[in-house]
Amino acid sequence: MSTEAPEGTDTGLGSAERVHRRDGSAVLRVSEAGAFHLAGDPDNPDDDERMILNMGPSHPSTHGVLRLMLEMEGETVLRTKPVIGYLHTGMEKTGENLSYLQGPTNVTRMDYAAPLFSELAFSLATEKLLGIEVPPRATWIRMLMCELNRVASHLLFQATNGMDLGAVSMMIYGWREREEVLRFFEKVTGLRMNHNYIRPGGVAADLPDGWQDDVRRLLDLIPPRLDEYDTLLTGQPIFRERLQGVGVMTPAEALALSATGPILRSTGYAWDLRRDEPYLAYDQVDFDVLVGTYGDSFDRFAIRLNETRESLRIVEQILDQMPSGDYRTQDKKVTPPPRVRIDDSMEALIHHFKIFTEGFHVPEGEVYVAVESPRGELGCYLVSDGGPNPYRMHIRGPSFVNLQTLPHLMEGGLIADAVAVISSVDPIMGEVDR
Amino acid sequence: MTTIVPETSSFDQRVLHPLPDQLLATVGDLHDEGFLTAVDVTAVDYLTHPGRTDLPADVCPERFEVVVSLHAHQRHERVRLRVQVPADDPVVPSLFDLYPGTEAMEREVFDLFGISFDGHPDMTRILLPEEWEGHPLRKDVDTGRIPVQFREAPVQR
Amino acid sequence: MRRLPILGDVSRVADDGLEGLEHNFVTARIEDLVKWSRARSCWPATFGLACCAIEMMATGAAHYDLARYGMEVFRASPRQADLMIVAGRVSQKMAPILRQIYDQMMEPKWVISMGVCASSGGMFNNYAIVQGVDQVVPVDVYAPGCPPGPETLMHAILTLHENIRTGELTRRRIDNDGGAAIHVEAPPPEGTTEQPVQLGRR
Repeated sequence: MSTEAPEGTDTGLGSAERVHRRDGSAVLRVSEAGAFHLAGDPDNPDDDERMILNMGPSHPSTHGVLRLMLEMEGETVLRTKPVIGYLHTGMEKTGENLSYLQGPTNVTRMDYAAPLFSELAFSLATEKLLGIEVPPRATWIRMLMCELNRVASHLLFQATNGMDLGAVSMMIYGWREREEVLRFFEKVTGLRMNHNYIRPGGVAADLPDGWQDDVRRLLDLIPPRLDEYDTLLTGQPIFRERLQGVGVMTPAEALALSATGPILRSTGYAWDLRRDEPYLAYDQVDFDVLVGTYGDSFDRFAIRLNETRESLRIVEQILDQMPSGDYRTQDKKVTPPPRVRIDDSMEALIHHFKIFTEGFHVPEGEVYVAVESPRGELGCYLVSDGGPNPYRMHIRGPSFVNLQTLPHLMEGGLIADAVAVISSVDPIMGEVDR
Repeated sequence: MTTIVPETSSFDQRVLHPLPDQLLATVGDLHDEGFLTAVDVTAVDYLTHPGRTDLPADVCPERFEVVVSLHAHQRHERVRLRVQVPADDPVVPSLFDLYPGTEAMEREVFDLFGISFDGHPDMTRILLPEEWEGHPLRKDVDTGRIPVQFREAPVQR
Repeated sequence: MRRLPILGDVSRVADDGLEGLEHNFVTARIEDLVKWSRARSCWPATFGLACCAIEMMATGAAHYDLARYGMEVFRASPRQADLMIVAGRVSQKMAPILRQIYDQMMEPKWVISMGVCASSGGMFNNYAIVQGVDQVVPVDVYAPGCPPGPETLMHAILTLHENIRTGELTRRRIDNDGGAAIHVEAPPPEGTTEQPVQLGRR
């Protein structure tokens, strides 16, 4: 991907004065009471113009319930403190009380823009602990659904990013295309969001008849619309002006701050778990890992726009290569018997009842599995004590970690750019707070 | 590597078991080896599961365990460090100086488990309100189920 | 939905134009007109919390188009809003802020509890989530679902409109003394240490 930076844009790459940001001096570390004393004295005319500006948690541009405490001097942002936890749901505690089959129901509500990825990470971790193989068709169905989910998630980003920057019509367009993808999801999983579709052992149901036609329709429909966005946004001077050179980050900073996903790639560091640590069947499909050049908000926008195209390219290959066979493993330990057998066989009924009441026992051990979600590395750390519930279930949310880059991206920028930076980091608060 | 720590493997991933006072030296060595990113910092409370079998013989199991995942992108390698933390003195040295990205994760562990990190610049609660009491992910803290009451619900017979 | 009875026969207004001035006067009681206008200009506050917020935004977008009901003007400031759609799970940390935003809204104000998490805590029956937003603010309409689809939300909104128009909600509010028996502890007197907001009991 190539993007042009206007003359004189500080790319941040290799500039020595930016290295100091790694020590975290851009992070505001005060309590609310401390912030009161930090701000300048309003009665003293000689005092500087430093003040603390509070954004959120109910603010239209903070993507939900993110709250930022910004230390400002005039219109310049000095230090920032992201205050999170307004959506803390205790999912990791709840996950310890749910069986492995119920687990995806819980984790799917974390990243509600890309729910299937949380389910995938949880299911892969459970399968690793169980030591079971998933049939190829289940693997490819998972890939198909995840890539379409990535498309939906990036479209959501385009919509909200446009809205935050004042391109309100973009919001309507983004939702319009996302709605098309959701319609397919509803057909397959029964729900528009929070699907609980990918489960340990496979997927909940096979694809419906005629799914190829629906997917082909999406493949015909979305790429021309993406070209429209290109015309609408990418070449538009006002839009570029608001994003280029705003929120710049170097690869070294991104690695030190544990940033992943489009933020890391925008700095020019080609890292994608799908390519570099392949899971599912990503080693059998052909796609490009897109990187930026300058590590600014515009690169992050362009990466997401073009990743949508790459995802559709993967979907096209999945369409041709989808194998036939079972959609879930035939391991009797984790898979309930088919519905028809429950009517005939007492044992099947008991088996079904046992699986859905008690659950299955998972061998003792601990495992960490990571997948590439639209926001970065989504990891699941599972500890099993041999019982039917996870002993500890931890999700490494990419948004939670990526949020730490906010103070560094905003430092020295204007308050209006802060909105562009939040939007380009694309945090989903459900995943941040869990 | 200058520090010798017990090493095991879990599902093809390297797992190291340093003591809390070995942690900084071990992590420093790994950082020099190219593990430039701390992917994850979390903790586990083994209060109700004391007899775990996946620890090497010379590691004494304790109640808490801080789990740090490091990642060397260039080498395509991951390593996990499991640090045993005693319940009566839950303090671990902070990795913030080497990995600034662990700031929020260590705060999360402090918030939910009550394990504090020595040398962390801002050891405060992150997810729960500041005045919250207790650390909910500890095993001796209840999930906090509240029986949901419905108005005009039939009286129990 | 039923036709508005209060406006009398309005079917010929458009055809007649000025010529029909003699029989085109609208007569109604002032309360009915007030209720009618309240129901038809109900501006929601943006109060998206979790998954439901995404569905709420989808409802406002092109395909489902809340503008058909005069509802597309999501106000960022609670001062300009009449309706709070609590979209998503309310955590213990968010509850005081939710109450503050509700208090900032002008009367008359309405609340829709969108989704099971807001209505009853849903599947998250744990330490972090308020088990039903009606412990914090009085709720007028509950929308079921996890998350409720746009159709469900629209049905909830239309139910609210109808109840505002018939005066049912105002009547109910007078009956139960201005709210769903909400009880909020008074803040501590000056000089004492700050206490967390005590949430109400039923």
